[in-house]
Amino acid sequence: MTSAVPLGAFIAVSALLFFIGLGGVLVRRNAVVILMCVELMLNAANLAFVAFSRRFGLVDERGSVFVVFVFVVAAAEVAVGLAIILAAYRNRPTVDVDEIQRMKG
Amino acid sequence: MELGWIAGVWLIPALPLAAFLINGLFGARLLGKLTGQIASVAVGASAVLAIRVLFDVLRLGGEPHTVPLYEWIAVGDFRSPVSALVDPLSAVMLVVVTTVSFLVHVYSIGYMAHDRGIHRFFTWLPLFVFAMLILVLADNYVLMFVGWEGVGLCSYLLIGFWFERPEPYVAAKKAFVMNRIGDWGFTVGMILTFLAFGSVTFLEVFEHVNDVDPGILTIIALAFFLGATGKSAQLPLHSWLPDAMEGPTPVSALIHAATMVTAGVYLVARSTALFAAAGDALLVVGIVGAITALFAATIALVQVDIKRVMAYSTVSQLGYMFLALGVGAPIAAIFHLTTHAFFKALLFLGSGSIIHATEEQDMRRMGGLRRKLPVTYWTMLIAGGALAALPPLAGFWSKDEIVGSAFVNGYALLWAIGILTAVLTAFYVTRAMYMTFHGEPRDRHLYDHAHESPPVMTVPLVLLAAGSVLAGFIGFPPEAGFIHSFLEPSVEIEGAVHHDPDYGLLTALAGVSVGAGIAGILVGLAMYARRRPDPAAVARAAGPVYTILVNKYYVDELYDRRIVDAGRALFGASWAFDVHIIDGIVNRLGWLTALVGSGVRRAQTGVVGNYALSVVAGLIVLILVYGGYATGVLTR
Repeated sequence: MTSAVPLGAFIAVSALLFFIGLGGVLVRRNAVVILMCVELMLNAANLAFVAFSRRFGLVDERGSVFVVFVFVVAAAEVAVGLAIILAAYRNRPTVDVDEIQRMKG
Repeated sequence: MELGWIAGVWLIPALPLAAFLINGLFGARLLGKLTGQIASVAVGASAVLAIRVLFDVLRLGGEPHTVPLYEWIAVGDFRSPVSALVDPLSAVMLVVVTTVSFLVHVYSIGYMAHDRGIHRFFTWLPLFVFAMLILVLADNYVLMFVGWEGVGLCSYLLIGFWFERPEPYVAAKKAFVMNRIGDWGFTVGMILTFLAFGSVTFLEVFEHVNDVDPGILTIIALAFFLGATGKSAQLPLHSWLPDAMEGPTPVSALIHAATMVTAGVYLVARSTALFAAAGDALLVVGIVGAITALFAATIALVQVDIKRVMAYSTVSQLGYMFLALGVGAPIAAIFHLTTHAFFKALLFLGSGSIIHATEEQDMRRMGGLRRKLPVTYWTMLIAGGALAALPPLAGFWSKDEIVGSAFVNGYALLWAIGILTAVLTAFYVTRAMYMTFHGEPRDRHLYDHAHESPPVMTVPLVLLAAGSVLAGFIGFPPEAGFIHSFLEPSVEIEGAVHHDPDYGLLTALAGVSVGAGIAGILVGLAMYARRRPDPAAVARAAGPVYTILVNKYYVDELYDRRIVDAGRALFGASWAFDVHIIDGIVNRLGWLTALVGSGVRRAQTGVVGNYALSVVAGLIVLILVYGGYATGVLTR
């Protein structure tokens, strides 16, 4: 079962998505956007999993199962992350992470 | 065969235990003074049961009966059930312990009536009796040790009853520590017994004494005897007992008569089979007993505190009991234990009555009190006569049998020590009685305020006086009385030669010991009633000897200097090691952690971007390292 789209293309898209997300996490200040970028990275990883799973599916189907776990982790992470942001926002009305520095040692 | 009351023998310790629980739980809030009545009723009921059990043992002919309660410890081959051994020896002890304790309890209702801590007192007192009953009933060494430790604990609590003052708690601590030394001996004996016999049950051990090497038996016996010297205040562990009189006087009566000090005698008597098979161990017991008897009697000659005289007298009389055990007359020892329980309890309770009346313990300030305290006087006179071994009072029969046995069994030197001690005993009793009750009052104020104690205190005195007269007749005629035939099965030694008492010889020996007693009394009367020679002049003439006696041979000072100070040095060094080395290491570690922490806390900037960057940097490093290994760059 071969696909018209070569594996390398999937990996390239996945890597692109991952670095967009990584760049966003490092550069952006809005906490919500950072969270979204983290999601982007997770989905990049999902894409890679699915792609490899499709390519080697006859041998090993675990890649696509792993994606389900990543979904669960991502959902939990979003819940916790948004809760933290909300709590921080109540404390001080901002979502700019550079302005939330009171946790420093 | 119908066991009768023997099957219910566990009720005897259970009743004081119940009194302890009730008074301990509800005494402070609800019961108050009622605790005294509760404890007395419980112990009194125990006494009735004990007498019933004694009659049942008698009816069944002295066979030992084991009454199991439950399996306590069962590990591998080791078995220590909670079982009672009911035989003539334990039956006699049960009766002595419970009856004397009952009278002491009743007396205490009067004596402690005005004490704020009366509920506390009547919590510990029945517990004391309970522990002693466990000790007596135990059918194996381990359970006996439970009671053994129990009486040690209760004596500590009761000696230190008035812990607001420094002397009682120091005395309590001393009693506890010195007893611990003896307990160590008991523990060693117990462990060795198990190793040698594979059992700690009395009947099994005694059955197999001849299968074990006599050398090991000697070690076991001496270890147990060390325990006995601690509990029964024999040399060299005697010095806690005289100090123990810092506790309330009824406690002293209990410790000296019924519970506690008799435990050591009971242990050795119970283990007669073991000691008899152990070669020279019995001789050691006899010699220690004889030396203690003489040693303590000489100290009692010069003490001025009435309770101290009685305390040293107890040490001395216990010495007699060990002397009896040592010369192979365990029946005489138990006989003397029984009679002594009555007259010594009476002497202490009488002293308590005097203290209650005068709030004074120093005999030099008393005198002439017989007019103020007639009941106390007459009862104490009987007890004093019993202690001085005047016929036909109880002490005569038992003490005479001890010294007689020493002579008949060929220990002439121990017999001589016994006779000499008898002279001294009679002298110090006479001295104490005369200084307290006769002559002119030396302290007018004290004399005028003295008053006879209430009936709740004097009735026990009268009953104990009756016991002090009559208890001797259980051993009449000498060596063939009721107690002899009764106790015979419990303490008989296999292969011992039975010889019929030679009454001519016994009468002659009795004559010598009565003569010794009368001589002591006459000397006492001459010195204190007629002042010829004057006691003060005698003291001056004796010079250094007198000083040594007043200072109790400096035993306490010796222990302080040699042992307590050395101990303090060791404990000081341990303390310093703990504070400087152990704590030092911990403190340095804490300091180091704080130092590192203050250095690395700068890394926590609080800027989320920085954290994200460091995560990415770490990821890159991981990828590089993994790539390095995967391509083989790093493995070379």
